[in-house]
Amino acid sequence: MRVYLFVTCLVDTFFPGVGEGMVKVLDRLGVDVEFPEAQTCCGQPAFNSGYREDARAVAERFISVFGNALKESRDEETYIVCPSGSCTTMLKVYYKELLADNPEQLDKLETITKITYEFSEFLINVTKTADVGARYDGVVTYHDSCHLLRELGIKDEPRRLIEAVRGIEFREMEMHDSCCGFGGTFSIKFPRVSVSMLDEKIDCIVGSGADTVVSSDMGCLMNIGGALSRRNIPVKVMHIAELLAHTGSERG
Amino acid sequence: MGYERINFEADSGRAVDDKKLQRALVNVTNRFRSARLKASSEVPGWDDLRSLGREIKKETIENLDGYLLMLEENVKKAGGHVHWAGDGEEACAIIIEIARKNKVKSAVKSKSMATEEVELNTALERAGIRAVETDLGEYIIQLAGEHPSHIIAPAVHKTKDDISRLFSEKLGIPYLSEPEELTKVARERMRSEFLTAGMGISGANFAVAETGTIVIVENEGNARLTTTVPRIHVALAGIEKIIPRYNDLSLFLTLLARSATGQKSSTYVSFITGPRRKTDKDGPEEFHLVLLDNGRSGILANEQTRESLYCIRCGACLNNCPVYRKVGGHSYGWVYSGPIGAIINPQLLGIDKAPELPFASSLCGACRDVCPVKIDFPRVLLELRHEVKESKAEKGKGMELFIERLSFRLWRTIVTHEKLYGAISSIMYHLQTPFRGNGGSLRSLPYPFSRWTQDRDFPAIAGTPFRERWKKLKREIGQGGAKPYNP
Repeated sequence: MRVYLFVTCLVDTFFPGVGEGMVKVLDRLGVDVEFPEAQTCCGQPAFNSGYREDARAVAERFISVFGNALKESRDEETYIVCPSGSCTTMLKVYYKELLADNPEQLDKLETITKITYEFSEFLINVTKTADVGARYDGVVTYHDSCHLLRELGIKDEPRRLIEAVRGIEFREMEMHDSCCGFGGTFSIKFPRVSVSMLDEKIDCIVGSGADTVVSSDMGCLMNIGGALSRRNIPVKVMHIAELLAHTGSERG
Repeated sequence: MGYERINFEADSGRAVDDKKLQRALVNVTNRFRSARLKASSEVPGWDDLRSLGREIKKETIENLDGYLLMLEENVKKAGGHVHWAGDGEEACAIIIEIARKNKVKSAVKSKSMATEEVELNTALERAGIRAVETDLGEYIIQLAGEHPSHIIAPAVHKTKDDISRLFSEKLGIPYLSEPEELTKVARERMRSEFLTAGMGISGANFAVAETGTIVIVENEGNARLTTTVPRIHVALAGIEKIIPRYNDLSLFLTLLARSATGQKSSTYVSFITGPRRKTDKDGPEEFHLVLLDNGRSGILANEQTRESLYCIRCGACLNNCPVYRKVGGHSYGWVYSGPIGAIINPQLLGIDKAPELPFASSLCGACRDVCPVKIDFPRVLLELRHEVKESKAEKGKGMELFIERLSFRLWRTIVTHEKLYGAISSIMYHLQTPFRGNGGSLRSLPYPFSRWTQDRDFPAIAGTPFRERWKKLKREIGQGGAKPYNP
């Protein structure tokens, strides 16, 4: 089984530890991991802001980069795995909209999206593994990212993975499925509304009594983490890949 | 139109600071949300019913011309009159003309978003006709001279104390603190209005093409009085309110009541087919149905956003929207608010009047999950965002827009060239140093990122991006070194 990582621009630039976490977990499961080095962004920022022409150029490049990478795979079972519900949604749901007028691109797209999975979805539904050998001594709560939950319908998969971690205590927060107020450029276009939504989310996280908040999208987590650190609230922010990479033997 | 150009950012900014409004919004949306959740989970196959609702609406809207003519024919057959209003002004003129012909001096109104949309009360007043709202919420709003802030609960932004003061000031009565006392006062005032009004004006929740029946749901009984006591009944309905068959009502009444208030059925459901018949003991002598376009045919023509017309105005999207729950209805600047307002206000008013609204959403999709006709709100919002950028809707923004366009073009160049992309992130890594706080994250950044760092820290760019770390990682993994993990 071979996995081509699409780590997303956010992870590549700001949170490389998430990509490392994915590599460690997949490697532990005996999956061959590849990283097409020409990858950058999926184009979602421009698409969500109404700049479709710019988004289309980026989408077409994405298809060509991953199309070329996949050609090299000699494995029968080959997948693209991404640590973001939001970017996976862009690929699997909105590329179709964006490239609707281009049948040639749509064909290529189909071969790609057929084998594209979000990380937690991939672990549970493809590798059929909930227990990936992780250990984490802490009280963890989980924030459902909107795109993962409502565009891709993935709710139980991350929870099953978290609950299988040794040493962990999982606590569901109130309003776990309500938006944290990130919404990409929304957070900068309407910061006061965004922060007011975030306030509610922070209250729910703190209210759960967890010492660590886990999610499947660094967009949400940079928003949540940004408020936690500004307010000196001692709750750790962790992507699910980082959590699952923990074996208890690493420092810190 | 009496509405100013919509300014969502300024209005929503004020709303989030209004503590009283915040409390009111939490109370009402939580109440409606839990009621809807319970009511929808009681019905087996609720999701299939929503799909069926969507399918029927889709078929209806795609064949709207035929159904409208069928409706007209059947209303006439039942003895009613049908009028076609291209826009709000025309709708008001038609209703005023009917009033004048019949020497109507005062009219009673039941709750109707369409009459709010065309600002009928202002037009009637100008024509010397007194119009009194008889839905309690609308009555309160009318006294206060405000606009509704929720599709089904127009006065949600007002507290009990606000209403006590308002009644005391506007009606010249002592301050009454009990809701029962306030309701009693309103009821007494309305009762005499019902008895003297020459005309009753209503909206319509549904208009059945096959029978010419209009259907009105309500919980106060005022709509039934409005449509039966006065000599003339005028109903104003948007052309999208049509449903093909009488039998479809069992589905749509279920979807509406359970999604809106969480009731199994609204307390009063009135089926009105034409005016009073010879054998009827009561009812109006004349029945007029005014069918309102006011921008709807424009939506119909747009294949990408057409589903906006499927809406049955239940308000569930408002109650479940994390943005609406913070900003309230008035931030949307026009009669419709929440996710449905964000998609139809720009389409009905013209996209240049409300270019901000399609962006006033985090695209979380909670609205789509509860919509009884499964409107794909995020998809429509994205389509409208694209239309805003393609049109001249934001020309007032000048330099700001120019910089935004340029930034995206620049971004596109960077992310389509991986070497450039790598170089830029390395440069940015060094440039960020002066902005770094103690924990390493960025405490304050220049505009537009200052809008983020005002209340939140921004993550720092990593010294070694993943693409660099990968070079080391790939030597450590696999290549026979990794053993399959067996728990």
